[in-house]
Amino acid sequence: MESLRGKVALVTGGSRGIGRAIVVDLAAAGADVAFTYRQNVEQARKVVERLKELDRRGLAFQADVADFASAQLVVEQVITAWGKLDILVNNAGIHQNETIWDMDEAQWDRVLDVDLKGTFNYTRAVAPILRRQRAGKIVNIASIHGLRGRQAGPNYSAAKAGVIGLTKSVARDLGPYGVNVNAVAPGITETDMVRALSDEAKAGFVAGIVLGRMGQPEDVAHLVTFLCSDRARHITGEVIKVDGGQYI
Amino acid sequence: MRLKGKVAAVTGAGQGIGRVIALTLAREGAVVAVSDINLEAARQTAQEIEAQGGQAIALQVDVTQRQDAEALTERAVQAFGGLDILVNNAGIYPSAPIVEIEEKEWDLVMAINLKGTFLCSQAAARQMMAQRQGVIVNVASVDGKTRTTGNAHYAASKAGVISFTRTLACEMCSYGIRVNAVSPGWIETETLRSKSNRWRQAIKEIPVGRLGTPEDVAEAVLFLVSDVAGYITGEVLDVNGGIFMD
Repeated sequence: MESLRGKVALVTGGSRGIGRAIVVDLAAAGADVAFTYRQNVEQARKVVERLKELDRRGLAFQADVADFASAQLVVEQVITAWGKLDILVNNAGIHQNETIWDMDEAQWDRVLDVDLKGTFNYTRAVAPILRRQRAGKIVNIASIHGLRGRQAGPNYSAAKAGVIGLTKSVARDLGPYGVNVNAVAPGITETDMVRALSDEAKAGFVAGIVLGRMGQPEDVAHLVTFLCSDRARHITGEVIKVDGGQYI
Repeated sequence: MRLKGKVAAVTGAGQGIGRVIALTLAREGAVVAVSDINLEAARQTAQEIEAQGGQAIALQVDVTQRQDAEALTERAVQAFGGLDILVNNAGIYPSAPIVEIEEKEWDLVMAINLKGTFLCSQAAARQMMAQRQGVIVNVASVDGKTRTTGNAHYAASKAGVISFTRTLACEMCSYGIRVNAVSPGWIETETLRSKSNRWRQAIKEIPVGRLGTPEDVAEAVLFLVSDVAGYITGEVLDVNGGIFMD
């Protein structure tokens, strides 16, 4: 389904997990995709190879999304390399679980910096470009925990709730310029981080999910691709859950 | 052709958003049971589907009547062998200030918009449970979520549709049946334009600066009924150009 043919996308945190699935799905839909990764060069290289297999162009940038200046640089480099940018997916995110009574200042700051400020950094970098061309799509990966709050996750829940607020505000500003801005809110998704949990913990999560299974990165990616297509041109400022009914 | 081999039933498909939903599902390969209280209108939509190379049957269905709601599912199964997709779109949206709403108008709005969704869903769900698969999409409205004036009965009925969507999603969990809603904002249809000029004022409050089209709603429905949305259930998807964000 080549609905993104000719489009250029930038995905943060695209070397593994949900980010990787998004990069691959956007490419399968026809887009050329640039992405950032934080440390694993080998994984990033494999993703670029996968894009070549799909007959699309790919570019990987090592960057910490919490760095405001480097976000500007990454976006500039995409424009230099490929001449334009149509889609931004703010996916890079971390969690550092801790109950409120034990949480360090550093744990709070780090998660807020990567998950919320990182989203701001990249959105700020692309906004003038999308506004000037009067077209574009921004999709932010939030979480159901930004809506419902997660146990032992005050930093993560606050950051993701912040991403939701940011999404709506930016949607209002960029709406008149033909740019759609939305958020997707996954529930528990089977990535390396989740696979590492105990079987007991995993079973506990699944018990509360209406569809009886964890999400796959592709489930999130499909929704992102839909939101990046023209089929979703009248959807903006929206938060769509992809959580198998974990939080209804 | 994302819905090749699927059987869909759409209520209120004789005109407006319902008609475009039926055409869109058919375009993607679904065979469609086109239903409407107006049989002639349903037939026209069915003919349009056939003219674009698809397959359809037309039925007269008054969603407020249990026998009609059951017949919709039965006829779809008879004609096409099963029922994979139900879109509860039939609805009316009269306007009146609360102090002037006539009791029978209140009852009618509730009967068509909310009870109709219940009756059609009940019949379809029984079939889908036996199949252990199926997808239901209810057409709600931004007015079911946000403050509004002049259409309290409509708003309440749509808020009811949203709640019903969630409950149904939870009850259908072990049968592999997904249930979601789309929640349109101001959508440009003949009915809307003929009602009043309120929509001109509304455009100023819509971030994307224009009314939505029936196609915008239909594409969201298409996404929700497709396999790519296989992990989405109990969700209400706003299609409103940003006029309301929750």
